[in-house]
Amino acid sequence: MAAPKVGTFTTGLVPLPAENVDTDQIVPARYLKVIDKAGLADALFHDWRFEADGSKKNPPFVIDEPRYAGHAILVAGDNFGTGSSREHAPWALGAFGIKAILSTSFADIFKSNALKNGILPIVLPAQLHGSLMQIAKEDLAATVTIDLSAATMTTPDGATHAFPIDRFSQKMLLEGLDELDYIRTQSDKIAAHESSHPGTINTLQPNTPR
Amino acid sequence: MPQTIIEKIWNQHVVDQQEGAPAILAIDLHLVHEVTSPQAFTGLRARGLKVRRPDRTVATADHSIPTTPRNLPIADEMAAAQVKQLEANCAEFGVPLHGWESPNQGIVHVIGPELGLTQPGATIVCGDSHTATHGAFGALAFGIGTSEVEMVLATQCLLQRKPKTYLVRVDGTLRPGVSAKDIILALIARIGVGGGTGHVFEYAGSAIRALSMEERMTICNMSIEGGARAGLVAPDETTFAYLKGRPHAPQGADWDAAVARWRTLTSDDGATYDKEIVINANTLEPMVTYGTNPGMGLPISGTIPNPADETDPAAARALARALEYMDLHAGDSIIGRPVNTVFIGSCTNGRISDLRLAANVLKGHTVAKGVRVMVVPGSADVKRQAEREGLDTIFRDAGADWREAGCSMCIAMNGDQLAPGEYAISTSNRNFEGRQGKGGRTFLASPLTAAATALTGVIADPRTLPGMSR
Repeated sequence: MAAPKVGTFTTGLVPLPAENVDTDQIVPARYLKVIDKAGLADALFHDWRFEADGSKKNPPFVIDEPRYAGHAILVAGDNFGTGSSREHAPWALGAFGIKAILSTSFADIFKSNALKNGILPIVLPAQLHGSLMQIAKEDLAATVTIDLSAATMTTPDGATHAFPIDRFSQKMLLEGLDELDYIRTQSDKIAAHESSHPGTINTLQPNTPR
Repeated sequence: MPQTIIEKIWNQHVVDQQEGAPAILAIDLHLVHEVTSPQAFTGLRARGLKVRRPDRTVATADHSIPTTPRNLPIADEMAAAQVKQLEANCAEFGVPLHGWESPNQGIVHVIGPELGLTQPGATIVCGDSHTATHGAFGALAFGIGTSEVEMVLATQCLLQRKPKTYLVRVDGTLRPGVSAKDIILALIARIGVGGGTGHVFEYAGSAIRALSMEERMTICNMSIEGGARAGLVAPDETTFAYLKGRPHAPQGADWDAAVARWRTLTSDDGATYDKEIVINANTLEPMVTYGTNPGMGLPISGTIPNPADETDPAAARALARALEYMDLHAGDSIIGRPVNTVFIGSCTNGRISDLRLAANVLKGHTVAKGVRVMVVPGSADVKRQAEREGLDTIFRDAGADWREAGCSMCIAMNGDQLAPGEYAISTSNRNFEGRQGKGGRTFLASPLTAAATALTGVIADPRTLPGMSR
């Protein structure tokens, strides 16, 4: 199946200078009762964005500020995405239009989930991250260009910075390849491993009745 | 070369490792629940694929189901639809399901061990970050996203990069009133919620060896709160004694062969780790969190920290924001803070031993006036056992609410939740903003501390309870 394809894009920044933004803030648990992936844009950062009656907060939360409309790179504090394994978090970010998140680190499961949904979790050194956070707050016209094939980011000052991304994820995203399809190309090896590792777990049949 | 148990389990499960690519890792047990699986089954259907190993897959409903009596329908239409979807998916794909009315239903991380499905040396995954719980048996167990749930359903494999290793050695003896929950809260307070990112914890040391399986599960459960996707304890006699005779545990000659194999699952002398930390159990106190992530915890005799004392401006900002959300003030004692609700349950502390500890504190007493105390067993089996022991009567007589099994107020998806501004002391695992209900405020603590607090209505030190010289 086709997976999201990522190439080169140029867009504005949105500052979210909070550390340890957890998945319960990204999508509160009560929005996890869906059985599809649609309609999660409004669940994104819901309790930071909306009053109890459903109206937008005044002043609005940063991603709703008109001056940041259309900006697709979130600049967030350290350890973004800590907490649960809910893939609803990147689904909601993607539905809202976020294409990349810049931070100094990401929680493991969030990072893995984001990459599978075409959202780039980009780890930056603290100094560069700090200066981009400042730019995001102060220079609304500033744009950043992310070139995934070169794994570089061009900042508003014209400088180009390499960012770390593993070669495998890079290739999958550039070509729109799907991880499940990739695993399935190795089904002979999977079958061989299964027969040499029979294991003792069988969920279908208990050995002793309860 | 000497290896850690983490490397041993990893190596035994690598199906394929191509240069520059992540490994294809074989998965022994896939636990499925209603919240993170619907889109994965939809994906299978769209691709025309089957579940490769229904015999390695098991499902239950736990997150969104009510904890009111099971003869009542699920009032929340979305939750009802989600549970119905799980039932339909399991029927269509041949996945065994312990549905919400089954005698084996329960929180996915409680029933796996109970049924003997959680076994040493296994790779175990679930679309839930508290899958690390199963590491208590010496399994490599970790949470995955829904795309990965689909991959495992289809191939019984995952793409994974070899994790780094982190030794958490806990030596010494816990003092009365101090429990497994306090060990893990102390670890997270020390290393922070990102401290274990990219790593798997191995919990070792004399204090860990002395713990029961249920206590080890409490510790492994919260590995993710320290940033580690997985955490484990090498199996030993305690592990084997727990598993023997459980419904899905091997029997007879198979049991003997399995135990012989499981005995090899220890970290070799001289094995090295990417990181290490040593914790002295002798000096630990009961722990309580005061902030909005599980790393914001302190010994119960401590006082709320001051943002002005933080050297790192980001940490100072985060602390100030957390204290504002919690409406707490630097310098105040954590003891004596009033609570509205006491929640005893969850995959962290919803097992029979947790309920026994809490019941022992509440026995013959009444909970403080105006305080709501909810006791939610981790599984239908835990509930039955508690009722056989008369714990339900103790809880009810004390004025606590005795519920059906589920995740309940740990994740607050099912209507069990705090009102805005309310405080809870909770035996669960997360104190994020709104985690237990929009605007709710959570203090995480052990079952003993929660039960002691239930009696007084304010955060109380369980060491002051009578009979604490266990």
